[in-house]
Amino acid sequence: MSSNPTSSSPVKSTGLHTGAIKPGVAKKDPILIADHVKRQFGGLVAVDVEHVEIPRNAITALIGPNGAGKTTFFNLLTGFDTPNEGTWSFNGKSLAKVSAFKVARMGLIRTFQLTKALGLLTVMDNMKLGSTSQPGERLGASLFPFVWKKKDREIDDKAMDLLKRFKLDAKKDDFAASLSGGQRKLLEMARALMTDPELVMLDEPMAGVNPALTESLLEHILGLKKAGMTVLFVEHDMHMVRHIADWVIVMAEGRVVAEGDPHEVMKNPAVIDAYLGSHQDTDLGAVTGRITLPKLPKEK
Amino acid sequence: MDFVGILLSSLSFLLDPTTIAYALATLGLALHFGFGGLLNMGMAGFMALGAYGYAIGILYFGLPWYLAAFVGIGAAIVFALILGIPTLRLRGDYLAIVTIAAAEIVRLLLLSSAFGWFTGSADGLSGFNGPGGTVTNPHEGAGGFDQSNPIPDGTYGFVPFLDNERTWYLRIVGLSILAIAIFVVWRLVNSPWGRVIKGIREDEDAVRSLGKNVFAYKMQVLVIGGVIGALGGLMLAFSTNVNSSVYVTSLTFFLWTALLLGGAATVFGPLAGSIIFWVLQAFLGLLFPALAKAGLMPFTTIQASQVKFVIVGFALVLLVVFRPQGLFGSKKELTFVK
Ligand SMILES: Nc1ncnc2c1ncn2[C@@H]1O[C@H](COP(=O)(O)OP(=O)(O)O)[C@@H](O)[C@H]1O
Ligand SMILES: [Mg+2]
Repeated sequence: MSSNPTSSSPVKSTGLHTGAIKPGVAKKDPILIADHVKRQFGGLVAVDVEHVEIPRNAITALIGPNGAGKTTFFNLLTGFDTPNEGTWSFNGKSLAKVSAFKVARMGLIRTFQLTKALGLLTVMDNMKLGSTSQPGERLGASLFPFVWKKKDREIDDKAMDLLKRFKLDAKKDDFAASLSGGQRKLLEMARALMTDPELVMLDEPMAGVNPALTESLLEHILGLKKAGMTVLFVEHDMHMVRHIADWVIVMAEGRVVAEGDPHEVMKNPAVIDAYLGSHQDTDLGAVTGRITLPKLPKEK
Repeated sequence: MDFVGILLSSLSFLLDPTTIAYALATLGLALHFGFGGLLNMGMAGFMALGAYGYAIGILYFGLPWYLAAFVGIGAAIVFALILGIPTLRLRGDYLAIVTIAAAEIVRLLLLSSAFGWFTGSADGLSGFNGPGGTVTNPHEGAGGFDQSNPIPDGTYGFVPFLDNERTWYLRIVGLSILAIAIFVVWRLVNSPWGRVIKGIREDEDAVRSLGKNVFAYKMQVLVIGGVIGALGGLMLAFSTNVNSSVYVTSLTFFLWTALLLGGAATVFGPLAGSIIFWVLQAFLGLLFPALAKAGLMPFTTIQASQVKFVIVGFALVLLVVFRPQGLFGSKKELTFVK
């Protein structure tokens, strides 16, 4: 992963799609494909995605106003919720009716918008839970420490490594409950990485993380791509999206209304509509951002 | 009023076979709730199945006592599976409701005269620890639990532990089972397996998102804790007759009190909590009637013997408010007040 976290203009992946850009456009090498995925809550159609493909080894941002169905879509894709209809596949394997823990074992890991740090476990134990290769997690083997002690030390080292990168190493023996909201977000992301995922789905990873940490979090996300992973993340701050995303998918009212390059997509009338309704004269960056940033030097 | 006598009788509960039995059941609850987050309100049912399974194994299946013990354990495993399969996928509180109801169903079935030929209904079962054969299939000569006692007849020990060979044998067997159970639980909760179940206690979706089969883990916890509870029931059956009136819901609540007293998320807390709880129970149960008799309390002796439950309830409230982690739990690990 990047050893030089100061580069300010990350290398963008381009040429991800084939054919004309439109919602549901085909990708050259999709890792995840969803078709006709629909989820209703009573009369409310929370998600109704015709077709969408997530490009492999790229950073894709999923944006859209509150209530657009982003979190619900995450839940559906990862087996935490079941759609009323639809099919979706990961690496060509159908995930319909596959339970959440099996989805995770296939290499599709998600984090939660409402952080799920395991409060009364230490930060280190939180991390170690992410490991997928500890034989001592089986009931029979757990009684015999010589079976799992060595592996546990390896996991410990790996966790320490990640904790250092996320600046949580000093907290490793504290209960996760004692961390700040932002630190819990970091912990959850670090814990997800312990599983060596192929596709990481982050639901608002930056929410509640203080600006100083935000930058390093962005670096981490970029680092994931360098390490060969695919990232799909939900974020409201368009400045950040523009900074790191290779591709943007826009949802509104459950549907994918636009897709495209992060710089182009915001000019799409459907997106402006979705976000602004009648306030079309407002700057989109300021509306979608959680904080109004002073005018940034234009990124290109 | 014989205060010293009361004190000594109470202290005898320190090493009483019943106290050991309750400590086992409380340990099972600690695994369920303190470590696994499962709200089992039906521990009395697991104990009843352990005890009745053992007695029925001897009386009706003609098994030697040590094999009959496995009938009791097997019954508890089946009970855990029946409870767990429909409820462990649901939210935690459902398990509480279902277990409390299921334990009552078990008790009422054991009490019902419909199965009286099998369970002894209101009389319960007896005579299974002695040398006698079985009801339907005489199995002479095998000998029961009592015949396996290698201690020569006689009285051993010192006051308040001056007891005959049978009580001492019960103690030794009970403490051995308890020691093994504590060791196993200690190993389990300090292993990677234990890390997973504690994670599930905190947030099962988070653990699921890391690729763990949460349902399977919860089932394992329910079964293992249930088996430890059944061992408690076995211990009671070793020491005396079995009767459904013992395995009532209030027994479950006493176990919970002992658990919270010692510390829910600890391995030795259940033992300490059980000892304190049952010694104190015995003490107050003897003290209050004696005080009433001496005219120092405005109750009849019968009323006075019930006052201890008021005190216990009050103490439980104070405990939960002022020391929710229990006497031996860590201050930060307030497992049950989330
Ligand atoms: N469990 C649920 N029950 C009923 N409605 C829900 C549920 N989850 C989400 N919704 C509704 O579905 C819509 C999409 O929500 P969500 O996916 O959380 O949006 P987003 O993450 O894009 O802000 C919202 O209108 C929300 O109220
Ligand atoms: Mg959301």
